Amino acid sequence: MNPSNSLASDAWSALSKNRAAWFSAIALTTMVLLVLLGPLVSPYEVDQTNWSKLAMPPSMQDGHIFGTDDLGRDLFVRTMYGGRISLMVGIVATLVSVLIGVSYGAISGFVGGKVDSIMMRIVDVLYAMPFLFFVILLMVFFGRSIFLIFVAIGAVNWLDIARIVRGQTLTIKGKEFVDAAKAGGVSTFRIIFRHIVPNLMGIVVVYVALTVPQVILVESFLSFLGLGVQEPMTSWGALVNQGARQMESSPWILLFPALFLAVTLFCFNFIGDGLRDALDPKDRTNTNE
Amino acid sequence: MTNLKFIFGRLLGAIPTLLVLICFAFFLVKSAPGGPFDFERSLPEEVEKNLREAYNLDDPLYLQLTKYVGSILTGDFGPSFQYRDYTVTELIMSGFPVSLRLGVAAIFLALILGGTIGTIAALNQNSRLDYSVMFFGMVGISIPNFVMAPLLVLIFSIALNILPAGGYANGSPLHMILPVVALALPQAAYIARLTRGSMIEVLNSNFVRTTRAQGLPLNTIIFKHVLKPTFLPVISYLGPATAAIITGSVVVEQIFGLPGLGRYFVQGALNRDYTLVMGVVIFYGLLIIGFNLIVDTVYGFIDPRIKHNR
Repeated sequence: MNPSNSLASDAWSALSKNRAAWFSAIALTTMVLLVLLGPLVSPYEVDQTNWSKLAMPPSMQDGHIFGTDDLGRDLFVRTMYGGRISLMVGIVATLVSVLIGVSYGAISGFVGGKVDSIMMRIVDVLYAMPFLFFVILLMVFFGRSIFLIFVAIGAVNWLDIARIVRGQTLTIKGKEFVDAAKAGGVSTFRIIFRHIVPNLMGIVVVYVALTVPQVILVESFLSFLGLGVQEPMTSWGALVNQGARQMESSPWILLFPALFLAVTLFCFNFIGDGLRDALDPKDRTNTNE
Repeated sequence: MTNLKFIFGRLLGAIPTLLVLICFAFFLVKSAPGGPFDFERSLPEEVEKNLREAYNLDDPLYLQLTKYVGSILTGDFGPSFQYRDYTVTELIMSGFPVSLRLGVAAIFLALILGGTIGTIAALNQNSRLDYSVMFFGMVGISIPNFVMAPLLVLIFSIALNILPAGGYANGSPLHMILPVVALALPQAAYIARLTRGSMIEVLNSNFVRTTRAQGLPLNTIIFKHVLKPTFLPVISYLGPATAAIITGSVVVEQIFGLPGLGRYFVQGALNRDYTLVMGVVIFYGLLIIGFNLIVDTVYGFIDPRIKHNR
């Protein structure tokens, strides 16, 4: 086997023994397929109301397998559409935060010295902020667009990644291949992004898996408060909110989206845990030197 | 002496954090489109002018900021924009006791529940009990507060009809049970996992092996030697846990209709109540920063390995 794959193959062999992570990966794949293909199979549209079938309990006969909501819309299709939004926010906002976090951490760690201490001091200061409240303020004041959700959540979640990446960069930058690159006259920018960042991928993968559920959670939290995605779009958080308001009369409107949200978070957490065990032997997130 | 110096240093370090927090909140709110006096029916020009003057809205931004910081330092968050007869400080003080009760009860519940469960799991490592406890721990982490709360209401108020579904009722304990549990469970689950991991590490460490070799009874080893190092990471998690509980209390108060700070925050945000929103955010920030400071200090006293020279 190609020795340059050793990290990946090590991780793979550790991960393949982790049954919980495997099961989660399968469940998650099923979920994604369901969310993408489900609405195509169903005869109903997301926003198709039916005044003769308001808040119907789940039934097989008329194809409303999750029942309908208080406007007679098919809950299965709505849950799938909500899932598309929730998962998309999770992935896009995570990418935003990884992009910021990796660049920030790698630059801070590699440049070192005063720049490093100032950059890390900024992270310390930001760490102490009640950030979710700022995201809420952003949503309230600047309209509730989905684009803003991506940016706001992504811009808030990069601190962990930046710290971890910086710690790793500090250990990598003493290695021979970095010295070799320096001796060869490679520019700092190029060393950071061509030689250091690729070696951080293991740790980044772990944090992607752990950040996605956090981001999904934040988005659902916002949508639950009515500050996230707006009608006619929906997300799991918005559906849970809608369901919670009428759970006495029609509990299924709450239960199905809640189940999907919880299972998704659950799977991501298990995969993240498994990846961390496989890729990050130190396990502790504490990298304060 | 070093401890005093450490605390003092941390206090000094908290000041820039606070200033950044205040400026952040200030500029965010100022740059928002739409003012607090943008009603559907426009106000008479003179009235609006007087209002703007009363709230210093016509001053240049830096002057508004310095005036605001100055008044915050004296504990005055200014008048509320929406609740005309109240100052923000009064509103915060009326909501805070409710949130405090809720939060403190939730943290204690989370610590006791999580600590006990984690300890039991660690002592039975890799048994079926351990696996099932950790599985449910992960379930607890994965179910957010705002899903947990309606589910609890569904089970205990609607199906079983043994607990009230909401309302404060002047803080009757019966009304507090469900909100506290909803707020505490995810944190309890996290603390349980943390405790388990930490305890397993301690149990495998050299000094525990030595005490075992000396033939001390297992209970003595656990209570005298294992518990303290086990709970060190749990203590350091208390800072983030507080932040999570504060955040969670916003939705939990909303769901159960508790008249706490979180409700003022959401309502203030929806009403563009500039001063109230800023006041609450700064107050929350103060709480989190202050609590982290306490946790750090306590941690330093308990764990002599931490050097206070950062």
